Amino acid sequence: MGNKQISARNALRYGDLYTRLSAVVMGAGLIGHKQIVKGLLVLLFQAAFVFYMINTGIHSLSMMPSLGTQEQGKVWNEAKQIFEYTTGDNSQQILLAGVVALFVIAAIIVLWILQMRHSYKIQLIKEQGGHVPTLKEDLRSLLDQNLHMTLMTLPCLGILIFNIVPLVYMISMAFTTYSKEDNHLMLFDWDGLHQFQRVLNMNGNIGRQFWHVLAWTIVWAIFATFLNYILGMILAMIINRKDTKGKGFWRFCFVLSIAVPQFVTLMIMNIMLQPSGAINVLLQNLGLISSPLPFWQNAMWARITIIVINLWVGIPYTMLQVTGILQNIPNELYEAAKMDGAGPVRIFFKITLPYMLFVTTPYLISSFVGNINNFNVIYLLSGGGPTYVGDTAGQTDLLVTWLYKLTVDQQYYNLGAVIGIMTFIILTIVTLVTYRNSTSYKNEEAFM
Amino acid sequence: MTTMAEKNRMSPRRRAVNVLVHLLLAVLALIWVLPIFWIILTSFRAEPGAYTNTFLPQGYTLNNYVKLLTDRNVLNFPKMFKNTLIIAVCCCICSTFFVLSVSYSLSRMRFRFRKPYMNIAMILGLFPGFMAMIAQYFILKAMGLTEGSLIRIGLIIVYSACTGLGFQIAKGFFDTIPRSIDEAAVMDGATQWQVFTRITMPLSKPIVIYTVMTSFIAPWVDFIFAKVLCRANADQFTVAIGLWNMLQKEYIYQWYTCFAAGAVLISIPIAALFLYMQRFYVEGMSGAVKG
Repeated sequence: MGNKQISARNALRYGDLYTRLSAVVMGAGLIGHKQIVKGLLVLLFQAAFVFYMINTGIHSLSMMPSLGTQEQGKVWNEAKQIFEYTTGDNSQQILLAGVVALFVIAAIIVLWILQMRHSYKIQLIKEQGGHVPTLKEDLRSLLDQNLHMTLMTLPCLGILIFNIVPLVYMISMAFTTYSKEDNHLMLFDWDGLHQFQRVLNMNGNIGRQFWHVLAWTIVWAIFATFLNYILGMILAMIINRKDTKGKGFWRFCFVLSIAVPQFVTLMIMNIMLQPSGAINVLLQNLGLISSPLPFWQNAMWARITIIVINLWVGIPYTMLQVTGILQNIPNELYEAAKMDGAGPVRIFFKITLPYMLFVTTPYLISSFVGNINNFNVIYLLSGGGPTYVGDTAGQTDLLVTWLYKLTVDQQYYNLGAVIGIMTFIILTIVTLVTYRNSTSYKNEEAFM
Repeated sequence: MTTMAEKNRMSPRRRAVNVLVHLLLAVLALIWVLPIFWIILTSFRAEPGAYTNTFLPQGYTLNNYVKLLTDRNVLNFPKMFKNTLIIAVCCCICSTFFVLSVSYSLSRMRFRFRKPYMNIAMILGLFPGFMAMIAQYFILKAMGLTEGSLIRIGLIIVYSACTGLGFQIAKGFFDTIPRSIDEAAVMDGATQWQVFTRITMPLSKPIVIYTVMTSFIAPWVDFIFAKVLCRANADQFTVAIGLWNMLQKEYIYQWYTCFAAGAVLISIPIAALFLYMQRFYVEGMSGAVKG
């Protein structure tokens, strides 16, 4: 295909008449080079795009800067003796339409580049007297060397429409006044970085709550990740000891607790630990305590209870996951340590733990991320409570559960979006830092 | 294998450690099994209400199950069960196709978008799930999928649309199948599609079963998105919202023991599925971690 790279720029520079024509009439290059069906399809897309832009797209984009100005009106209808509401602008729909329009434009640009390249490629094949694939061959290649296109198109569309577009839409909300505060649910405006300032400002009410929640989120994630990890590993080692009888039975007991759906066990735990719940009743009947323990009423109690219950939830998972890896630790390492007279505790900290950390760093990172975003445990156990009067965040709320409360319960969408973005930034930093450290760790101390 | 002779030779200290370890395991196992045991007892409890003065029930009855399955006026559990089943079956078909397609492509095909796709998937995974949830609701609303029985379609779309991001375990499995098998088939004139459907799939039964089951279970255990999407449309509720509602203030006294019954009924099949597929999970995990 010569030395020329196949790119949209080269297509414009060196393309023949048809190829250059397709810069304006998409698909012209393909039709001109006898790939008629493909060319018509591309042209159809362009036509649909133009139709969309004229019909709604241009309007949607033009509304983006103002996000609507028409307030919902209230007009007294003399004949019916009632107030009638006139429809005003709905900023939330305008914003969504605008985001969608931007994505449609991005999509057509990608399509434009692809068809330019393709057209140029076919032109080059033709110039060199090569064989231009027929429609039949193209279709067949979709089941052969281009199978990934067939397989990945739908999943990618799903991710684009139901993950990327919503995320961009939600992120854009962070820069608006879209909130129940000051009644901006119907009509809102761009607001720049004001909400970010509010969240980061330690002296304001929201900012104070944010730093509190953030601190607890990080404490929680560290405890939840590492306690589960180490205790789960110890449990797995105890069960796998040579002298332990009935390994299968013990494993079954622990696995049973994760086989039951998590939301069921968590809701049960919540009820059991209420002031008049089963645990308090049991302890009182046994005469161990005289008044109920404040599992969910006191902030410190609630925090510790949550971490302990999360151990109940998480240890069996860790046990399942590390059992196989533990058995991979080379036996010579243990034997050498025993020869040197190391006790079980020393062996654990000098051999087992470093080896496991070395192998399971990716798992630890993903479980740390999972814990920062651990909605179920907090929401179903304490509901974020106890909550002080005037706060939207409770004492055990994580960033995610606070995000949920802010958006679903309070309808402070802009603040919720800011919290979401902050969570993302924190997770990105944590992930990057640990990945970088784990590679340097790998270089220093090679186990394999 | 420890023979009797060896056992006798065991030092007293070692024997003491063994007894201690088994005692510890027994206590731990009790702690882990107790809540499950307690909920099963509660589901047969005769006295109503969430809180009683005794840890163990005073009387036993089957009425909780009967009420749960026949009372259609307040919280229509049979209807919720039907809703969830429909959603779960559809989801299961879509997600399985999505997950297997994406994992196979990423594992076996080499194309320009491959690395970017995996990076994008990792970045998207760092966003809290709820960020997208609220906006997904608005998008479904703009599509008109938030009213009446269309809610079901909305839920199916939401549960399956993004499953293409969860390719790691299945990809890890496909990576372990030797490529030489594919190459031999291609030499014999098989297309990639034939390799995928006739060679890789039959070799990957465990991971197919695992994917089918996880995607089937998802709608049964998610209640957050279902709650946001269903709002007050009680006839569209899924089992998880129903169970959650039974614990709310207005229902808890009447429905608490029924909640326990419902929890037991839902947990039995899910627990059975989970126990069956845990080995695939373990294999997938250790495979993925070993990289």
